Amino acid sequence: MIKNVLRSLLLVAILGAAPVYAADAPVRVQSLRGETPIDKTPDADMYRQIKDAKPLPRDFVQQPPLIPHSIRDYQVTMNFNKCMDCHGWAKTRESGATKVSVTHFKTRDGVELSNISPLRYFCTQCHVPQADAQPLVGNTFRPGVGLQ
Amino acid sequence: MSGSPFSKLKALAFSGFGIAFVAGIVFWGGFHTVLELTNTEAFCISCHEMEKNVYQEYRNTIHYSNRTGVRATCPDCHVPKEWGPKIVRKIQASNEVFHKVLGTIDTPEKFNAKRAALAQNEWNRMKKNDSQECRNCHHFDYMDYAEQGRRASSTHQRGWQEGKTCIDCHKGIAHNMPPVDQSIGVGKAGAAIDASAQPATPAQTAATVPDGRTGLDASSFGALKSASGK
Repeated sequence: MIKNVLRSLLLVAILGAAPVYAADAPVRVQSLRGETPIDKTPDADMYRQIKDAKPLPRDFVQQPPLIPHSIRDYQVTMNFNKCMDCHGWAKTRESGATKVSVTHFKTRDGVELSNISPLRYFCTQCHVPQADAQPLVGNTFRPGVGLQ
Repeated sequence: MSGSPFSKLKALAFSGFGIAFVAGIVFWGGFHTVLELTNTEAFCISCHEMEKNVYQEYRNTIHYSNRTGVRATCPDCHVPKEWGPKIVRKIQASNEVFHKVLGTIDTPEKFNAKRAALAQNEWNRMKKNDSQECRNCHHFDYMDYAEQGRRASSTHQRGWQEGKTCIDCHKGIAHNMPPVDQSIGVGKAGAAIDASAQPATPAQTAATVPDGRTGLDASSFGALKSASGK
């Protein structure tokens, strides 16, 4: 009898303690977002885009080439694609820019066009400009041997 | 001495001249003040046509906000600084007042429908005066190419040698570009042909897609565009 009472008391103590413990010390998850609530926008870090550099090396085989220059105010809209104003094949002779890859000429139906496919219209979905910013978290990534 | 009719006449002439002189100063000062009042950003965006369309686009650009806070506002680019050309431009602006009354571009849809023509007007004007409004601040002669990036340095020197003017390359730097046909995908209705892209190879239209899906042609694309309000 006493044993039973003790056992139930113990049970109550264990069950009761758990929520009390959680309320006492809430688990604080530190995310890359910091402590900004989800309904607020955190302040943007002050990074300036790299103004102008030579083409940058790739770190992995299928990496979309990085944009080695500032693209401030470059419009990629329904009306006009500023990137293609220099990187389109018809323009590179004059501009001296890198030609867009011929792999970008295929539509989703496999049809080869004479210019980039609308599928590839939004360049900055894959190609990004660079800033002098440190990685947010450390990592041990190293480029593949063939790319070093 | 003061009784002689000759000296009376002289006094009258002098006072008449004096009054005319002062009136001239007041009139000219007033005229100039009002003229300059119409040459401010605040005046330009007092019309919602400007405030809702071109001003919002301009707010994202380097001439609106930049690291030094030196700005180029509407009249710096769109109104000549010299007195003669300024007056000519101001007289031409009466046409803009006329279309303001007519409501020619009083919605974003109407504005975008006319964007190509409006942009072309400004490009023509700047081409004709050798981009004078750009060169009021940006002088080719005083550019230090060593301070410019590699792209800017080489392109500016080549452009200068070829006798090009700023607007030949620097289009759409303060406002959104009108439709330009860059031969990507289906054609754009009412688009300016990109003349510098030679030879013009029309992009394959959806009609060549093997599974026979009927794609959009240029005209239905245009209809789609106006329906989406862009």
